[in-house]
Amino acid sequence: MRKGMLGFFVACVTALTLVLGGTALAADTIKLGVAGAHSGDLASYGLPTKRAAELVAKEFNAKGGVLGKKVEVLAEDDVCKPEVATNTAMKLISRGAHVVLGHICSGATKTALEIYNKEKIVVMSSSATNPELTQSGRYPLFFRTIASDDAQAKLDAEFAMNVLKVKKIAVLHDKGDYGKGLAEYAKKFIEESKKAQVVLYEGITPGAVDYSAVVQKIKQSGAEAVIYGGYHPEASSIVMQMRKKNMKTYFISDDGVKDDTFIKVAGRYAEGVYASGPKDTSKNPLAIAAIAAHKQEYKSDPGAFFLNGYAAAQALLNAIQKAKSTKGEAVAKALRTHAVDTPLGKIKFDKRGDAIGVGFSMYQVKNGVYVEVPTTAGAAKKR
Amino acid sequence: MDYFLELFFGGLTRGSIYALIALGYTMVYGIIGLINFAHGEVLMIGALVSWTFTTAMAGSGMPGWVLLLLSVPLAVLVCCALNFSIEKIAYRPLRSAPRLSPLITAIGMSLLLQTLAMIIWKPNPKPFPTLLPPDPIDLGGPVITITQCLILGLTVVILSALMWLVNRTKLGRAMRATAENPRVAGLMGVKPDFVISATFVIGAALAAVAGIMWAANYGTVQHTMGFLPGLKAFTAAVLGGIGNLAGAVVGALVLGLVEALGAGYLGELTGGVFGSHYADVFAFATLILVLTLRPQGLLGERVADRA
Repeated sequence: MRKGMLGFFVACVTALTLVLGGTALAADTIKLGVAGAHSGDLASYGLPTKRAAELVAKEFNAKGGVLGKKVEVLAEDDVCKPEVATNTAMKLISRGAHVVLGHICSGATKTALEIYNKEKIVVMSSSATNPELTQSGRYPLFFRTIASDDAQAKLDAEFAMNVLKVKKIAVLHDKGDYGKGLAEYAKKFIEESKKAQVVLYEGITPGAVDYSAVVQKIKQSGAEAVIYGGYHPEASSIVMQMRKKNMKTYFISDDGVKDDTFIKVAGRYAEGVYASGPKDTSKNPLAIAAIAAHKQEYKSDPGAFFLNGYAAAQALLNAIQKAKSTKGEAVAKALRTHAVDTPLGKIKFDKRGDAIGVGFSMYQVKNGVYVEVPTTAGAAKKR
Repeated sequence: MDYFLELFFGGLTRGSIYALIALGYTMVYGIIGLINFAHGEVLMIGALVSWTFTTAMAGSGMPGWVLLLLSVPLAVLVCCALNFSIEKIAYRPLRSAPRLSPLITAIGMSLLLQTLAMIIWKPNPKPFPTLLPPDPIDLGGPVITITQCLILGLTVVILSALMWLVNRTKLGRAMRATAENPRVAGLMGVKPDFVISATFVIGAALAAVAGIMWAANYGTVQHTMGFLPGLKAFTAAVLGGIGNLAGAVVGALVLGLVEALGAGYLGELTGGVFGSHYADVFAFATLILVLTLRPQGLLGERVADRA
């Protein structure tokens, strides 16, 4: 027994030495960690960013790399779950990631940041929109290339009140960091504006399939519009159940729903649904080039947050180049001082870590695709 | 009143589906005393088989209801074969083992099936095609869908057929005899192995139908879809008195209604403190209350050493 323990101990020490030695040996590349949902039902949010990182890495490597070193992409899957994200973060750190592009979901990002913070690693998300991530000041090395939920909630609420001109609004959320945060802000904006009334404010159980009771409550409340904070699996169930019950209530949601999977699952019931999402920058020549590169490499159209991911990867690598270092603080300083040309436009970051000049637009499902709609009063057409 | 009626219909639909699944649980428990946790996954496989068939044949020009009708025997067949094999491979060798071993095996089987389905059908949620006329029926207030009506009607038919099978046929008598005492039943010329296999096959057929109903009603299918209805149906079986067929149906309907009405009224009764997402809490609180007052379940008989 004692001998067994000793053998185990020796094995551990050997393994540890190998791991440490491995990191030291592999230091001659710039390691760009990419974390997010790469499998599971939210994979459609995470994979585009991962592909963006790979394309940007290829582009930089073709031009001689960063600081004379090749860029290497290390991808780790967190399936958008906070409890997995901690592990994902530790794996990336142990594999020697210098900067991290990720995570995708706000909840997962928040827990992972506790780990990165201790290691002083710069993290940039293409899609985590929870306001606290930048506004709390707790994560000085966190950046993002997407605007935060309060901006988005404001757009959703104002769109409902000023463009659709509804007076009674039901606000729902999925109880997650992202959805609930958005719903709380939307509720606050509606109540402060006094232009409409929140007739129902409620959380739903994510993952449940039967939302008939909630749908009944919406009907009972007399709401003319629903603002939903959450992701597409629940949104598609709710929309389908509302439409199957002949309810024509407007459905307004967030960039968690502005995804083609939503349209695919909800099918014709998706028609007319509004969802806010990152501003459409597809006319930007850099965006056109990035999308073309994606089409060439993966033979398909990029999905959600692809351009945000692309911009984030470019910003991170550019900052390392400018800072001439991979040290967290130096990279963060470079991100705040040097602007970089990206598919989202020329961006740099403010003190809190939000990208300057990145915002949201409103989209509506028309004939099976999301189309940008004007957000000024009087411009909206009836569904 | 309209509000109440719609909640009531929603609850009744959900309860009917629970009932079909709960019967599978309770029949298997009644005969071999095993809680077959893989039962929910059989439902999922049934729904996915039906999805595969209906989406593959969508371009054939056949009307939706014909496709749906054709997919039922196919899904039933696949599920029956599956459950038959599960019993033969995983549970039969453990029949004389301590109770805990087959139970753990059942949980393992559930995980195995779920993961296999994820590999075969990919993890993303898939839209179940709209096969029945989607226009709802407006009853001058409450609105119900054709799918809901069909689910209710079909459940009544299936339940009657099952009751007839168990109470009026030779196989049913053999099943009841095996449930009471397998050894004595064996001495009387009943083949326990055959009866047990038959029970699993019947349970699987019910689960397959329930899976298709679930998919048609809620419009999406996914490899994880079996877990929750499975859990709820198990709860329903316990609520009604596990091992008792009528109990499973009563328990399932009670559970479905409690969930729907609880979700609908909880917010108002508590002044908005508890929202509709507390429906599950409400449902399980009911379960605890019933079991405290009547440990054998609503219709269960007091049986010494059955669990």
